[in-house]
Amino acid sequence: MNLTLKIWRQPGPRHQGSMQTYKVTDISEDMSFLEMLDILNEQLNAKGEEPIAFDSDCREGICGSCGLMISGKAHGPEKTTTCQLHMRSFTDGEVITVEPWRANAFPVIKDLVVDRGAFDRIIQAGGYISVNTGSAPEANAAPVPKPHADRAFMAAECIGCGACVAACPNASAMLFMGAKVTHLSELPQGQPERDARVVSMVDQHDHEGFGGCTNVGACSQACPKGIPQDVISTLNKDLRAALRR
Amino acid sequence: MTDTINAGITHGLYTEGEPIADTKAPAGPIAQMWTTRRFEAALVNPANRRKLDVIIVGTGLAGGSAAATLGEAGYNVKSFCFQDSPRRAHSIAAQGGINAAKNYKEDGDSVYRLFYDTVKGGDYRSRETNVYRLAEVSANIIDQCVAQGVPFARDYGGLLDNRSFGGVQVSRTFYARGQTGQQLLIGAYQALERQVAAGTVTTYTRHEMLEVVVVDGRARGIIVRDLVTGEIETHLADAVVLASGGYGNVFFLSTNAMGSNVTASWRAHRKGAYMANPCYTQIHPTCIPVSGEHQSKLTLMSESLRNDGRIWVPKNREDCDKDPRDIPEEDRDYYLERIYPSYGNLVPRDIASRQAKNVCDEGRGVGPKVGDFRRGVYLDFADAIERLGQEAVSEKYGNLFDMYARITGEDPYKVPMRIYPAVHYVMGGLWVDYDLQSSIPGLFVAGEANFSDHGANRLGASALMQGLADGYFVLPNTIRDYLAKAPFEPVTADHPEVVAARQSVQSRTERLLAINGERSVDSFHRELGQVMWEYCGMERSEEGLLKAIDLIRGLREEFWRNVRVLGAADTLNQSLERAGRVADFLELGELMCIDALHRRESCGGHFRVESQTEDGEALRHDDEYAYVAAWESTGGDGFGELGTPVLHKEDLVYEAIQLKQRSYK
Repeated sequence: MNLTLKIWRQPGPRHQGSMQTYKVTDISEDMSFLEMLDILNEQLNAKGEEPIAFDSDCREGICGSCGLMISGKAHGPEKTTTCQLHMRSFTDGEVITVEPWRANAFPVIKDLVVDRGAFDRIIQAGGYISVNTGSAPEANAAPVPKPHADRAFMAAECIGCGACVAACPNASAMLFMGAKVTHLSELPQGQPERDARVVSMVDQHDHEGFGGCTNVGACSQACPKGIPQDVISTLNKDLRAALRR
Repeated sequence: MTDTINAGITHGLYTEGEPIADTKAPAGPIAQMWTTRRFEAALVNPANRRKLDVIIVGTGLAGGSAAATLGEAGYNVKSFCFQDSPRRAHSIAAQGGINAAKNYKEDGDSVYRLFYDTVKGGDYRSRETNVYRLAEVSANIIDQCVAQGVPFARDYGGLLDNRSFGGVQVSRTFYARGQTGQQLLIGAYQALERQVAAGTVTTYTRHEMLEVVVVDGRARGIIVRDLVTGEIETHLADAVVLASGGYGNVFFLSTNAMGSNVTASWRAHRKGAYMANPCYTQIHPTCIPVSGEHQSKLTLMSESLRNDGRIWVPKNREDCDKDPRDIPEEDRDYYLERIYPSYGNLVPRDIASRQAKNVCDEGRGVGPKVGDFRRGVYLDFADAIERLGQEAVSEKYGNLFDMYARITGEDPYKVPMRIYPAVHYVMGGLWVDYDLQSSIPGLFVAGEANFSDHGANRLGASALMQGLADGYFVLPNTIRDYLAKAPFEPVTADHPEVVAARQSVQSRTERLLAINGERSVDSFHRELGQVMWEYCGMERSEEGLLKAIDLIRGLREEFWRNVRVLGAADTLNQSLERAGRVADFLELGELMCIDALHRRESCGGHFRVESQTEDGEALRHDDEYAYVAAWESTGGDGFGELGTPVLHKEDLVYEAIQLKQRSYK
């Protein structure tokens, strides 16, 4: 298939960016979206134009590095990561726009690459269980009811790609935080720090410049791992409980 | 047989040096060694720890857990990764599980059995003392991870569940659906971020290590490039840990992440660290087959699928293009169950891979033709779905089935999956002693980057175990002994060795940007990958390897004359990053071929056509090759000259286990 791509080019964080138009031909529907961009980059390189910078690493939907706004949707039209989006999801002759994640808390580094360091700083604020190496009790000492274990696992599937933020009209990171808080709150090991964790993470979230949640629901629609919106309810419930205590 | 095997020993490609006499494992019975070593390792007073700096390169299971643990202990840790966050290290992609000798199933497991299975699975080419320790600390890993909140699978009583993996007959694998690596890595990452908040660890993301600083024979720092600004930075320390993963991407197509590379290890090798058994590559039997020329990587389907999936191909070639559901039972060849009745579909990875290749070579492969061959075999869940119900199958493997459907456009609940072997993991890596110290004092190597625990073939669910064993439990104990010898002579940024290391990084970068030739970096990488897969992949021969060495030398010469890297040095430049990595792969590839060439025996995943039994199984030669091949670099100009490597042999001494020819029949 042949496609027209309108791609955001921006040489650096302090430079002005703009949309540039490129044509690609003979694209097979078995290619992933990123393999299609690889081909475009090979063509640009051959012409002496600098290739388009974009993040990707595992290319199997788990590392969370990749992430593009494709025709206005985070990770494109399917519920998956950009690296697992295949060209069979597009039609011959289509015009596709490709932009980086848009959020003040995710500044653009170059072209389609953004800085998601704010996510790491939110985890630093309390997204962990404090246990030093070597001081752990026997693993089966604290049984976890299966429904709790399953819900913890579901929330723990978050890959930290940032699609939730990019999709949210407020650029809120509540789904990302809700996932982490839910993962740890569902487990007996997560209880001692439950209150402190949620308060500290929410503070850091606001400090980083993410917006507030207004229950739009675009985040869970865009989430490639299908993290449901109700993790935000858990987050809010935990926050209210913590502030009351 | 022996005559052909011994013919033409070196071809002048390498020379032989002094053997390695001592691995520093303590004396005494194997079950006491680790206890002895921990006791004998000198202590560092807590007040002195904060005066000691440790650099850790890589934030996967080994590097992340080591950084967190050393941070907790109170050392000053600097942690480096080329990704935008430590959470994205490639350990995150591991699917199936992590082994531990907990014996929760009461099915006869023990530390000794895990040790035995691992040594046997590695075809008796791993170091016995290290493997025993790995088995010994395995149970602690599970405790640690559960305490961190890793959501392992549980049964209805709330206790941890297990499953089995290839090469073993007990259920000792702990798992979190098909995302075990992700969950373990997030655990280590969170422990690491906790230390960042505590101020003991500083993380440097989007930084790539390009050189080791060696002063007075000791590793004292690294030179890195800030991948965003392009700035070349010097970081000095009292010890350096490399936990930078494996180099399977030398094959271009592999299950590794796009960024996985050999540069950190290769730069250390060039500075004096021995590279051990570089040709030991694991070919994983359950990958989604190649679909075309455009492909950038291969996707693995967890080996755990072999617990319930049955592998088969048609008995008759004429049936290969039929809908598999129309092929009756009597016309199917469940070849693993037929050849290996006691292990069946759970034979180790090297055996499952080789048999898949054999049936495809016979013309009985399935799926689309790639070239003249169909390269695929069926992995069929029809029986399991009938026995357990679709819901139970989906509960166990759902995300893998979804992933398969997304990539191939086929529904694996209805049509059998197609799989084929692909490059997955490397057992070779930098040589380390019992303390995980390389041949450069002060340079430690952990996880996939070292060579020690898997021999010629790694059993499933052992990579995660080794990464976390090294990072949480082994290295923090052994590095302490080294650091107790501090303070070392102070080193500053203007020391001649530091200046020289910086300059060599600078001149390589400038040279790569100045070539401005005709060919892209990727085109060189693809071509190298094809040579490696063809001649140094699942099957090797003397003739093929000699040809590969010629081809690689030609390609390397062309690379330094004709590669085109656009853009500038002082900005994010992904082509430049890749060019540096491919330059190193082009050197490593030749060393892998030399290593494969000199080892005239078949072992594990390394199948030499000149050395096989009458029924086509791998034939080892313990009398000649029961050693680790540790290669020393002899320099070169840094722009593609390999020099003539020197081979140092470390004899593999088996005292707790008797060497045997492997059998899974």
